[in-house]
Amino acid sequence: MFRFIARRLLEMIPVLFIISAATFFMVHAAPGGPFSREKKVSPEILKQLNAFYGLDKPLLQQYGNYIWKAVRHGDLGPSTKYANWSVNELIGASFPVSLELGCWALLVALILGLGAGIVASLRPNTASDYIPMSLAMAGICLPTFVLGPLLIGLFALGLHWYNALGWDFASDRVLPALTLGIFYAAYIARLTRGGMLEILNQDFIRTARAKGASPWRIVTKHALKGGLLPVVSFLGPAVAGLLTGSFVVETIFQVPGLGKFFVTSAFNRDYTMVMGTVIFYATLIISLNLVVDVVQVWLNPKLRFE
Amino acid sequence: MAEGITIQPESAPNAAQDQGASLWKDSWHRLKKNRMAVVGGIILILLFLACTVGLLLANLLGYSHESQNLILGSAAPSWQHWMGTDILGRDLFVRVLYGGRISLMVGICATAVSLIIGVLYGAVSGFLGGKVDSVMMRIVDIMYALPFTIFVILLMVVFGKKLILIFLAIGAVEWLTMARIVRGQVMSLKRQEFIEAAQALGLRKRRIILRHIIPNILGPVIVYATLTVPGVMLLESFISFLGLGVQAPATSWGVLIDEGAKAMEQFPWLLIFPAGALSLALFSLNFLGDGLRDALDVRASKD
Repeated sequence: MFRFIARRLLEMIPVLFIISAATFFMVHAAPGGPFSREKKVSPEILKQLNAFYGLDKPLLQQYGNYIWKAVRHGDLGPSTKYANWSVNELIGASFPVSLELGCWALLVALILGLGAGIVASLRPNTASDYIPMSLAMAGICLPTFVLGPLLIGLFALGLHWYNALGWDFASDRVLPALTLGIFYAAYIARLTRGGMLEILNQDFIRTARAKGASPWRIVTKHALKGGLLPVVSFLGPAVAGLLTGSFVVETIFQVPGLGKFFVTSAFNRDYTMVMGTVIFYATLIISLNLVVDVVQVWLNPKLRFE
Repeated sequence: MAEGITIQPESAPNAAQDQGASLWKDSWHRLKKNRMAVVGGIILILLFLACTVGLLLANLLGYSHESQNLILGSAAPSWQHWMGTDILGRDLFVRVLYGGRISLMVGICATAVSLIIGVLYGAVSGFLGGKVDSVMMRIVDIMYALPFTIFVILLMVVFGKKLILIFLAIGAVEWLTMARIVRGQVMSLKRQEFIEAAQALGLRKRRIILRHIIPNILGPVIVYATLTVPGVMLLESFISFLGLGVQAPATSWGVLIDEGAKAMEQFPWLLIFPAGALSLALFSLNFLGDGLRDALDVRASKD
């Protein structure tokens, strides 16, 4: 297993290089630049700006410089949009917020999703299946940009339980975490139900039933390990998405997280910020996919590390 | 009912059929017995017809998704306008049909792409294993990480603002998770005895993957595919929300819901009807998907 993990970690290096190169040439291929705004900048100033950020050099040299700095010092360069901020500082300031929100949302998603999925799979095609699954489907149908305002209207403006916006008090975590978590909970519930049904029909479960094992024991000891396989596959990219924040939720609730940079940096052609967020996200998603692959082997003894 | 018991006992004809019935025929029988799945399927077909033929009829009758009536403004549902009108006085019913056409198209196209590429890619990668699997999965890692917004902007710039590009862009990212789910399933499946038996019989890999692996992983595939449809519909509305997707006066369910959510306190019907249409489609799809999953499950007891 350690050889497997070590090899995968080594494989990460070329993968990250390919991602950074592809992203670098993609952002530079997009029309416009970081300083092409509605208010035109005079050519002299533009020249100086380009020289300051090193944008006047040939593209390959720019990429080389960027990678050299990133590898040598872990320095992702200055942001071209937010003057006096480096990309490292921007990510460092906003990621903890997204991480916290993401963890709460993940908790919501796992508790609601696994609970509903398991309950539904125990008695398929009965009321205890249809009701949680219909709720899950409602969670999928309600886009976050509708669910967010709905929750604000109900719990903040109507009942005055929480603040409508902001990220200052512990209670400010509740509504954004629910908005973000419910969507993922719905996915997890559907995948759990499918995976559990697949397992509950197998012979070894029938054997366990015949031996008189209680339903609780059958689920927790025998079925859950195999039934969660599809959920685990889904969780890799989902957790990466949750932890790096959501553009929509952060905009609705005014949360100072990382998610909005994924969209705004692309629109601002903030080259270094695009690169920074992509490399950060890539590292996270590749690591999480590695975790998923290890967990899958642990859940399913029929798998081996190859 | 009485003759059903005496003349057609459940088990006898089934046993006779079992010899010749293929997986598909068998599943079709089981699907037809699942009432919720059948209802879901019928509603989906009706919705599809409404958004294609129904839209044409509405256009013939003089209702259009873009003709405005600013004096009328946002009117409540009436005999004239079944679902009311939006802020610009456009008939909401026609707009829901028009939006449904685009949303259903995005849903079907992107899900089809994700099904075909994702299932084949995941199955090949998981079955072959070793170096091939390593390289194939690292490619998936790379595609996961590439910035989607910039990808869409580039597509728009190079090829112009065409709707088909959105389908392609969405399809190109949606197959990744499918491939990973399929790969996970295949890796556990290929250790099972019947696959080893197939290999011992000397079947070619292509045949083993297509005939023995894929039919056995259809359950999770269908469940995830029914999740992909709402996923891509919402992704499309997100792209449109960023100003890169469907452009006014054209519309989609996601865009209509977004517009409705902004005006839901004064004109609730602007949110209720598009959201209702989307929910109806997704609920039907959900029940059809569950029915298909149960029907294709070869291990389930026959009843």
